[in-house]
Amino acid sequence: MNRKYLITPYALWSFIFVIVPLFLLVIYSFVKTVDGQVIFSLESYTKFFDPLYIDVLLRSLRLAFITTIICFIMAYPLAMILNSREFSNKTMILILIILPMWMNSLMRTYAWMILLENKGVINNILNFFGLPTKQFLYSEGSIIFGMIYNFFPFMILPIYTSLTKIDNHLIEASYDLGANKILTFRKIIFPLSFPGVITGVIMVFMPSLTTFMITRLLGGGQVILIGNMIEEQFTRTNNWGFGSALSMILMGIILVSIMFFSKNETLAKGGSLI
Amino acid sequence: MGDFIIRIENLSKTFEGGEPVLKNVTINIKKNEFITLLGPSGCGKTTLLRILGGFDEQTTGKIYFENKLLKGIPPYKRKLNTVFQKYALFPHMNVTENIAFGLNIKKVHKDTIKNKVAQMLSLVNLQGFEDRKVTSLSGGQQQRIAIARALINEPEVLLLDEPLGALDLKLRKSMQIELKKIQKQLGITFIFVTHDQEEALTMSDTVVVFKGGKIQQIGSPVDIYNEPDNAFVANFIGESNILSGIMIKDFLVKFDEVEFGCVDAGFGENTMIDIVIRPEDFQIFMDTDKVAKLQGIVKRVTFKGVHYEMEIKTKFRTFIVHSTKMFPVEAIVGLDLNPEDIHIMNKGDNDE
Repeated sequence: MNRKYLITPYALWSFIFVIVPLFLLVIYSFVKTVDGQVIFSLESYTKFFDPLYIDVLLRSLRLAFITTIICFIMAYPLAMILNSREFSNKTMILILIILPMWMNSLMRTYAWMILLENKGVINNILNFFGLPTKQFLYSEGSIIFGMIYNFFPFMILPIYTSLTKIDNHLIEASYDLGANKILTFRKIIFPLSFPGVITGVIMVFMPSLTTFMITRLLGGGQVILIGNMIEEQFTRTNNWGFGSALSMILMGIILVSIMFFSKNETLAKGGSLI
Repeated sequence: MGDFIIRIENLSKTFEGGEPVLKNVTINIKKNEFITLLGPSGCGKTTLLRILGGFDEQTTGKIYFENKLLKGIPPYKRKLNTVFQKYALFPHMNVTENIAFGLNIKKVHKDTIKNKVAQMLSLVNLQGFEDRKVTSLSGGQQQRIAIARALINEPEVLLLDEPLGALDLKLRKSMQIELKKIQKQLGITFIFVTHDQEEALTMSDTVVVFKGGKIQQIGSPVDIYNEPDNAFVANFIGESNILSGIMIKDFLVKFDEVEFGCVDAGFGENTMIDIVIRPEDFQIFMDTDKVAKLQGIVKRVTFKGVHYEMEIKTKFRTFIVHSTKMFPVEAIVGLDLNPEDIHIMNKGDNDE
């Protein structure tokens, strides 16, 4: 039997669940219905260039960017510590990082709602010490916090993996050739871990940009991101055309940023994307 | 003392919760010397090299580098460079960037670096490889780049950790000659680690034979080969027949009920000793009349290219004999020895 046929089920699957929906999305975004007649229109796209919607997109990009930066700043040193030979508890720490990932993210985010509420655990503790109740929920801060909490493992794991792959002899060779610890980090360790950094950045930036669940729970409708806007078009306002156009725009942004990151990655002469 | 660039005194190393890997090692290394640390794997030779490079620290003992105590000095401040076993070339840099690494760290002027890299590449016979990716090079080429990368820093001492181990036989042979040439040309002290006795004998001025973290013998290749101090050295350096005998008096030794003249003295009278006889030192001849001192029957013949290897069974033992002449299996042969071919060693301390 020709081995090529083995791919048929997967091809079929991709066709039904990826190609067809994408195709529908494209169609929906470029048409509108006038008097029961479906006609070609760019209205959904032109509608987007309202400052109101542009603002939402910029806010989404800004929050995703901040989340990614903070995740990176927190993850890289921890990955270095985990990878150092002197550190013996690495399995324990890694399990602690991975463990929450086994739980549904909705549950985890709900848990933070309960903790951060005005009558929640943290405010109770504050009140106990005579401090006033602080409004944590329904702010950009709480959304960023929720995203960092949810996506942090996606940053640290690829960085940690890329660090473990660095041959210790390369580091010794660098010392041997006169580079001190700082120079060795700059010239050897960081460049060689760069593929992991890129993977981590993509894996945190993308879900942060598109999330609507975290915004819904921790933003409570006060802070709208592009994900929520798209959701709204399909579930509430029933404007599938605009929702499709928004999805297309978001997809375009994601594609462009992945291309940008991958190009940088090839510059670093590292391995593959994920 | 002034002549020695490195003095290693009573060096011992024990890794946490393990057996000692180096026991009381003392070596004096001269300037411009090609010294080889030779021994089976796990004998401590690589550990010694890593201590010299600054990657490990001794448990006790001292190392002097140019008469200054070498202690607590990190690798990047030591005036020696290492060629690592697996080359350890930086995969994200091209050939030039790899070789220039040390000079870039020292912020040497760009033009100087460019000239020196070209110089190094011609030294290792890789002209025109400047912009190649190191990952696209063969093992032998990577190995030359690793040597160039170390030598460009003009170290006083170059440490080489089994650098030829991963190369095929032919390439290894030509690299041995090239390395020796480079060492002579630059006048740098080479400390070379290998488990290949032939390599050690070919390249070195001095060979240090290790076993179980202890030095077995230090000497020139000729001394080590011809006058091994003990059975381990004799066995490790080439094939040998090792048997016990009695030193009747100076210059006379007896084994297998036959007396032979020899060139050794000073072992005392009627002392039990060990005797080493190299397989190629036997004189072998047909002996149908059974007149030879040692008689035997050929039991096995193997063609080895340059010579035949034969197992000769005598009344007492089986000797390994090499000869360019072939004697057929079951042939009755006689064996004889010249006095200088019988090497006498003290008995004992063989198992340590």
